[in-house]
Amino acid sequence: MSAGDVPGDGARLRAEGVTLAYEQRTVIRDLDVAVPDGSFTVVVGPNACGKSTLLRGLARMIKPAAGRVLLDDRVISSYGPKEVARRLALLPQSPTAPDGITVLDLVARGRYPHQSLLRQWSVTDEEAVRDAMAATGVTELAERDVGQLSGGQRQRVWIAMVLAQQTPLLLLDEPTTFLDIAFQLDVLDLCADLHAGGERTLVAVLHDLNQACRYATHLIAMREGRIVAQGPPGEIVDADLVRAVFGITCAVVPDPQTGTPMIVPAGREIRRQRREAARAEDPVGSGALGDA
Amino acid sequence: MSGTVSRTVSNTVLPTGPVVRTPRVSLRVHTRTVTGVVVLLVVAVVLAAMALTLGDYRLSLGQVVGALTGSGSRAQQYVVVGLRLPRVAVALVVGAALGVAGAVFQSLARNNLASPDLLGFTTGAATGALVSIVLVGGGPTGTTIGAIVGTLVTALAVQALLGGAVGGYRLVLVGIGVNAVLAALNNFLILRTDLSTAVAAQSWLVGTLNGRSWPEVLAVAVALVLLVPIAVAGSRRLDLLGMGDDVARGLGVTVERTRVVTLLVGVALVGVATAAVGPIAFVALAAPQLARRVTGTTGPGMVAAGLMGAVLLLAGDVLGQRLAAPTQFPAGTMTAAIGGLYLVWLLAREWRAGR
Repeated sequence: MSAGDVPGDGARLRAEGVTLAYEQRTVIRDLDVAVPDGSFTVVVGPNACGKSTLLRGLARMIKPAAGRVLLDDRVISSYGPKEVARRLALLPQSPTAPDGITVLDLVARGRYPHQSLLRQWSVTDEEAVRDAMAATGVTELAERDVGQLSGGQRQRVWIAMVLAQQTPLLLLDEPTTFLDIAFQLDVLDLCADLHAGGERTLVAVLHDLNQACRYATHLIAMREGRIVAQGPPGEIVDADLVRAVFGITCAVVPDPQTGTPMIVPAGREIRRQRREAARAEDPVGSGALGDA
Repeated sequence: MSGTVSRTVSNTVLPTGPVVRTPRVSLRVHTRTVTGVVVLLVVAVVLAAMALTLGDYRLSLGQVVGALTGSGSRAQQYVVVGLRLPRVAVALVVGAALGVAGAVFQSLARNNLASPDLLGFTTGAATGALVSIVLVGGGPTGTTIGAIVGTLVTALAVQALLGGAVGGYRLVLVGIGVNAVLAALNNFLILRTDLSTAVAAQSWLVGTLNGRSWPEVLAVAVALVLLVPIAVAGSRRLDLLGMGDDVARGLGVTVERTRVVTLLVGVALVGVATAAVGPIAFVALAAPQLARRVTGTTGPGMVAAGLMGAVLLLAGDVLGQRLAAPTQFPAGTMTAAIGGLYLVWLLAREWRAGR
């Protein structure tokens, strides 16, 4: 599948010709993308390629300078703020837990879009919070201070908070960054569990390409604000794609555990030779072969 | 959407504390907050009763009650209803306004040191009031409007200088700078005026409840009635803003509107309070934090912060009057002295926490 191809035009969450910019810096220009319903979509790409910006744009954190984001076939800005929050939840990159807040109170805040000044703790709220805490395995931590938890536990608590929103769409911005490998797998397994029911669509930005290939049902590979390729990892990930996206030479082999594509970077010498050859061919370095 | 996982454990009981549910209303009752608020109310009433009995003309509690209900002697009635009651009332309403304003600013800035006095808002309110006294000749309405405008301009300037939520020391340093500039400006304004205006302005600048009466009480009380409900309604949104703009927006909070509305509420409360009695230091800084210690909550807790502010200022005024009687310290001086110690302690703690 090539970059221009947009799968699932009727997708619940999609962007049409969006340009996303911070102040003066345009990160993404005229991009079309659709998140396939029911997928576990993972966005990958080098640093500053616009992955997080895309996610924030889809979650109406940034107003597009041009184009539009559609949620359930309506422009996302035409919804009331709480209405969007009942359909789509976002866990941003570095949320701040207030000093001394308990796990239960933090998770309960995820119910805000369902509440009003007088209705702050209905039976539904309580059930949603209980379910979210059970699904993320933090029920036992309910009365603990979030600040005292380990990084992995804390990330589970935050995921529980967005789960308590009970939205069909769940967007996670780099949920595994700053976690050690065991907790990364823990969080990714949790994401896979959340996706498994089939009712929920998950979108996550990840750094590790091998993990992305293992867990994603739909992969979006980005570079410099554009989508280089998208589709099921097994169909789109090969050595050429990795070079086009990350600028590194590698072999792609089947993952011995899961059979999904696994990226094995070439040795240092080979990569150095390739870099020099590329430089000789394209001295200005305008191609996609910039060094990683 | 609850998924399959949920059904297996759905009978776990969450430690939510008591819950009130009627068909239209459902609330979690934070027992400690309720207890805390009741305790603060009782303390306020006891302090007020004490303040009414204390003074050069000592009265018993029975005599005070008699004077309040109209059965005492004329002298007693004059002292209690004419002199002491308005002073107590001013302390309570001004303290409450400052406490709520402090809670608003501290949670807006996500910083315990972001109180209107440390950031120079109070001095800015004084500047605005002085400008109005010097240029337009003052009058209660002019002073109030001047103080509110002064607070707003200072708040916007400080916000521009800080650029978003920042750590403690930078905030304090900016506050010191802003305070110094505005204090110099205030001195300049006083020097420019004739002697009688200057004396009046100077005594107002100290922050005293001396000679304040029902018009001041009324002005601040009206502001409280109008603004505190807005602050209370906004406090959940402020709570959510504390987790970061993206988290709050993701939950459906209108981030910019919440900021603007609560900022204006805080500014107006500081302006009105300062216009009434002059700049009072540290009540806005200490009240929300002490209130949070009493109620054990993480959020701004507007009602508790307001009550705590009222208690603090009244206590400061009673102490100021009685500590070295017959010498009287202005309430502002007392709160500054006590608050200064509190600030030193707070800074030492923040420093140890590495912020």
